[in-house]
Amino acid sequence: MNVNTTSAGLEKKRLQIGIIPLVDAAPIIVARDKGFFERHGLHVDISVEASWASIRDKVVAGMLDGAQMLAPMPLAATLGVDGIGTPMLTALSLNLNGNSIAVSEGVYRAMRLTRREPVSAGRALKALLEHDRIDGRKPRVFAHVFPFSTHHYELRYWLAASGIDPDRDLRLEVVPPQLVVQHLRDGRIDGFCAGAPWGAVAELAGVGQRIVNTHQIWNNSPEKVFGVTREWADAHPRTHRALVAALIEACRWLDEAEHRPEAAQLLIDAGALDAPPATIRTALDMPVPGDPFFGPGLVFYRNAATFPWVSHAIWFIRQMQRWGQVAESVDAAAVAAEVYRADIYRDAAGPLGIPLPDTDHKDEGVHAQDWSLSCSGGTLAMGSDRFFDDAVFTLGGGQPA
Amino acid sequence: MRVMLVDDDYGRMALLRQALLSGGNEVVAQLSPADDLLHAVSQCQPDVILIEVDSPSRDTLESLGQINRDRPRPIVLFASQSDADTARRAMRAGVSAYVVDGMSSSRLKSVIDVAIARFDEHQALRKELAETKTRLADRRDVDRAKGVLMQRRKLTETEAYELLRKMAMDRNVKIGDAARSLLAAAELL
Repeated sequence: MNVNTTSAGLEKKRLQIGIIPLVDAAPIIVARDKGFFERHGLHVDISVEASWASIRDKVVAGMLDGAQMLAPMPLAATLGVDGIGTPMLTALSLNLNGNSIAVSEGVYRAMRLTRREPVSAGRALKALLEHDRIDGRKPRVFAHVFPFSTHHYELRYWLAASGIDPDRDLRLEVVPPQLVVQHLRDGRIDGFCAGAPWGAVAELAGVGQRIVNTHQIWNNSPEKVFGVTREWADAHPRTHRALVAALIEACRWLDEAEHRPEAAQLLIDAGALDAPPATIRTALDMPVPGDPFFGPGLVFYRNAATFPWVSHAIWFIRQMQRWGQVAESVDAAAVAAEVYRADIYRDAAGPLGIPLPDTDHKDEGVHAQDWSLSCSGGTLAMGSDRFFDDAVFTLGGGQPA
Repeated sequence: MRVMLVDDDYGRMALLRQALLSGGNEVVAQLSPADDLLHAVSQCQPDVILIEVDSPSRDTLESLGQINRDRPRPIVLFASQSDADTARRAMRAGVSAYVVDGMSSSRLKSVIDVAIARFDEHQALRKELAETKTRLADRRDVDRAKGVLMQRRKLTETEAYELLRKMAMDRNVKIGDAARSLLAAAELL
């Protein structure tokens, strides 16, 4: 039985949704376990996948209806640079923030950091790499989780802005998050950028230290999205909207501070994450306001976190172009609008009666503090969007809106 | 073709290796997913890498075709240069392939077909093993249920078996399941 009238005419009610064992899979697990999917007439089975490649392949093959994806994945798929090239889209952002950069104990000692923040950490790492070069040491290896990942671009952004050439001064490799701690222990990598809880797991295991949180690199940066193929979205418009609505409700539930301990328990009980329960709880704890390292921590709903900002998609395509994954000639704005479907989000969110932005774009790097965005439904409380190097990203050609 | 195998199922890897060798291919490396795949790739220079679809280390191989100044032979996912049908069959069988970009497709297809066949066969073997286990369990439970009936109802072995079979037929279940529900009921009494 479903109680929601919008469930009438769903093209498909029984769905398979893929997730990766990470704390930010929480909205999907919460939507299942707290009955949000069911309220929208959906029966969802969750399939825990071992890699982003397998998420992509199974969504393409129709073995999964949709999945948790890294924000750049549907873009890479549509641009045809991900190995398969099946057009995908997203109408929902699942969370902001959550990744951290950790280094081995040895590197941490050599860096002699007094503060865990990107400017001094970048400076210290650059000095260490210079020493290495003079000593003739072979290049350090830093891991991220996928060629088209927020982690990859955040890591490169931080390194480049710190005066380190990510292709010349060190080596970047892909290591799946569940293996990063082991690789750090074995000395196969010197550092990594991965999602929660893996930075904390490295600390708990005594093999590494977190030195930078990606919130510090780019405040409230987009992280995971809910992705489907374009073909699936066209064939299941109602089901897609019901899924998005259910997930928005799950995200809203998750951002009530008093629900976080229960959410942590749901994740632990779901057994999807092979990490110490304490690290899962901590990753979901809301930091004290103004925490210099974590900022607001994982954000699922506040700060318009669920809205698929087309400008975020443009930023990702620009990173792909910057690092040679995608040709300069690609029309970033056109592809972004094709893949990040704010129109579907508005359709799905409308009946929920929540305030919706009037625009699909926002400038980044222009708010060092929380701010508010006026829109037709009222005002939206927004979070800071500062880049650590004070860069400004606008679509108007330099002049912030 | 120079083939690299990545699998933590040694039985399956052995099957596949044998089949590839008899097809005239060379197996240049056999690794477990936790090994240093990138190092092995640059050392062994395989034409094809075969890896289980559900291995976490696939994401590491995904990076081989990306941003690679020092890798003269870019390696791509098989699906990106092949017929979608073979790629899909491979995934359903549980194997994915990473290949050197521009490799001739007919020889490649034969290697991938061998992999699909061996993965399918292995899956069938596992299923058969599971079925054999069920059959053994059925025989054990049927024997025990017969014993209970013989003792409580003073039946001969043949009569007990006939009764058990009738119970199974009436309820439209397998005789093993009928035996197990009878044993569970007997335990309660």
